[in-house]
Amino acid sequence: MTIKEIQDSIVEEFSMFDDWMDRYAMLIEMGKECPIIDPQYRNDNYLINGCQSRVWLHAEKRDGKIYFTADSDAVITKGIINLLIKVFSGQTPADILAADMSFLDEIGLKEHLSPTRSNGLLSMVKQMMLYAEVMNG
Amino acid sequence: MNHLDIDKIRAQFPVLDQQVYGKPLVYFDNAATTQKPLCVIERERDYYLHENCNIHRGVHYLSQMATEAYENARKTVAQFINARQPQEIVFTRGTTESLNLLATSLGQLLVGEGDKVVVSAMEHHSNMVPWQQFLDRINRTELDRINKINRINNLLVIRMDKNGVLDLNHYEELLKQRPKIVSIAHISNTLGTVNPIKEMIAMAHKYGIPVVVDGAQSMAHQVIDVQDLDCDFYVFSGHKMYAPMGIGGLYGKMEWLEKMPPYQFGGEMVDTVSFEKTTFNKVPFKFEAGTPNVGAALGLETAVKFIQSFDRQEVEAYEDELLRYATEQLSGIEGMRFIGQAPKRNGLVSFVIDGIHPYDLGTIIDKMGVAVRTGHHCAEPVMTFFGIPGTVRASFAMYNTKEEIDIFVKAVDKAANMLR
Ligand SMILES: Cc1ncc(COP(=O)(O)O)c(C=O)c1O
Repeated sequence: MTIKEIQDSIVEEFSMFDDWMDRYAMLIEMGKECPIIDPQYRNDNYLINGCQSRVWLHAEKRDGKIYFTADSDAVITKGIINLLIKVFSGQTPADILAADMSFLDEIGLKEHLSPTRSNGLLSMVKQMMLYAEVMNG
Repeated sequence: MNHLDIDKIRAQFPVLDQQVYGKPLVYFDNAATTQKPLCVIERERDYYLHENCNIHRGVHYLSQMATEAYENARKTVAQFINARQPQEIVFTRGTTESLNLLATSLGQLLVGEGDKVVVSAMEHHSNMVPWQQFLDRINRTELDRINKINRINNLLVIRMDKNGVLDLNHYEELLKQRPKIVSIAHISNTLGTVNPIKEMIAMAHKYGIPVVVDGAQSMAHQVIDVQDLDCDFYVFSGHKMYAPMGIGGLYGKMEWLEKMPPYQFGGEMVDTVSFEKTTFNKVPFKFEAGTPNVGAALGLETAVKFIQSFDRQEVEAYEDELLRYATEQLSGIEGMRFIGQAPKRNGLVSFVIDGIHPYDLGTIIDKMGVAVRTGHHCAEPVMTFFGIPGTVRASFAMYNTKEEIDIFVKAVDKAANMLR
């Protein structure tokens, strides 16, 4: 699937819930299913800086595509990073760099988008984009 | 004296009467900052509507009135904590600025190379980092700087036990090393521990060591009598005691304040100035360089009068009952672990739930309208001590109710079930 198709399906899945509780329950579920980072990478070099909960992110390139793994000590944070992994993992660096992220507005997780929020979604997206940039070409 | 009528009190705090995410707001983040009553808001507004003027320098009417109001605020604060004279109160931006002032000025007066300063294991960063950095500054040699070696081992730390109670035997041992200054929190902002500061002050005084007390968490909740405590310094923030942000204070015994060098330089704090030499103004003006926050100082005065309009014993008993009730209700939740179980606690309850990150819990109960703080509460060494990433902290003020605690406890229980 393309990034856009995955995004659309995530938006559709989230839009089935009108209650925030269900949306969070889903994020928590996604957190529990996150492709977990190899323990050897669960160190400060792979830490995305934030102060409330920690997130480790690793990326590797196979056959021209990037595959992400991650972990966090907070499950909601882990759900958010997994949401992004679902969108970006298995895509080419060029596609990742060109991705439109406006789907995040549509899934009712706006409060995580604030740049002042520690471990915000934005710093995770930025880190993934950074990997894509480095691995591009 | 007003009898404690919580509905009437709440009516004075308009901010409490609102919905967040469609749920009534439950505000339990009072240790971070309390809400402000209408009288305080109106006082500051009135100042800007009718009285605004720079103080101390003008001959004209408004300036004289503003100066008088500002100095009256100093008097009110002095009486509130039973200082011997108004001049023993220095207005600052708050606890952090007061402690930086002391680390710099009292540090310069008393602490030389190799000298030690005592703090406790439960200090807020504000009562640790200024001392640590000051000691580093005076002890690091040129060679250390090149080799990037820190010289902060002159900061002595009073140990605590797993309940969050300071070890007074260890404190006595530290005092025998003849530190130059002791600086300790009255009430811990992470654990709620009420430290036996009167006893600790007397212990330090036996060795002739002055004591600074960080009163950020106590002013709103307890009756403070600096003469009875016999502390040398007592520092606080207005915004944690129903007053505006941007104002706070430093009480110091006059004999210290007179000896201490100024902290910042500029207008207001000088006596005579030439390019060759400057002489400084009297205490407390020597420590109040530049234009102060007059409006906020008047708000602080009003907040003090607001607090004084109640029977303090009654407020304290009510807040203690809130804490007892919250602790009792929370303890029914599976996996509950309280962080800080000192026999004498005040104002707040801090906890973690097994297997659940505080951030997750805080995020979910926020959605239910409950405002608490999660994280390390600016006391990272405390979290390290307990081996946790942070806690969930609910902190109370006189306008909180048991009904709110019920909502909070239900929210925590529901969130824990979602997260497990
Ligand atoms: C014990 C203690 N000390 C110092 C501070 C710092 O206060 P402020 O940020 O108002 O300067 C706080 C505030 O959180 C505190 O709780």
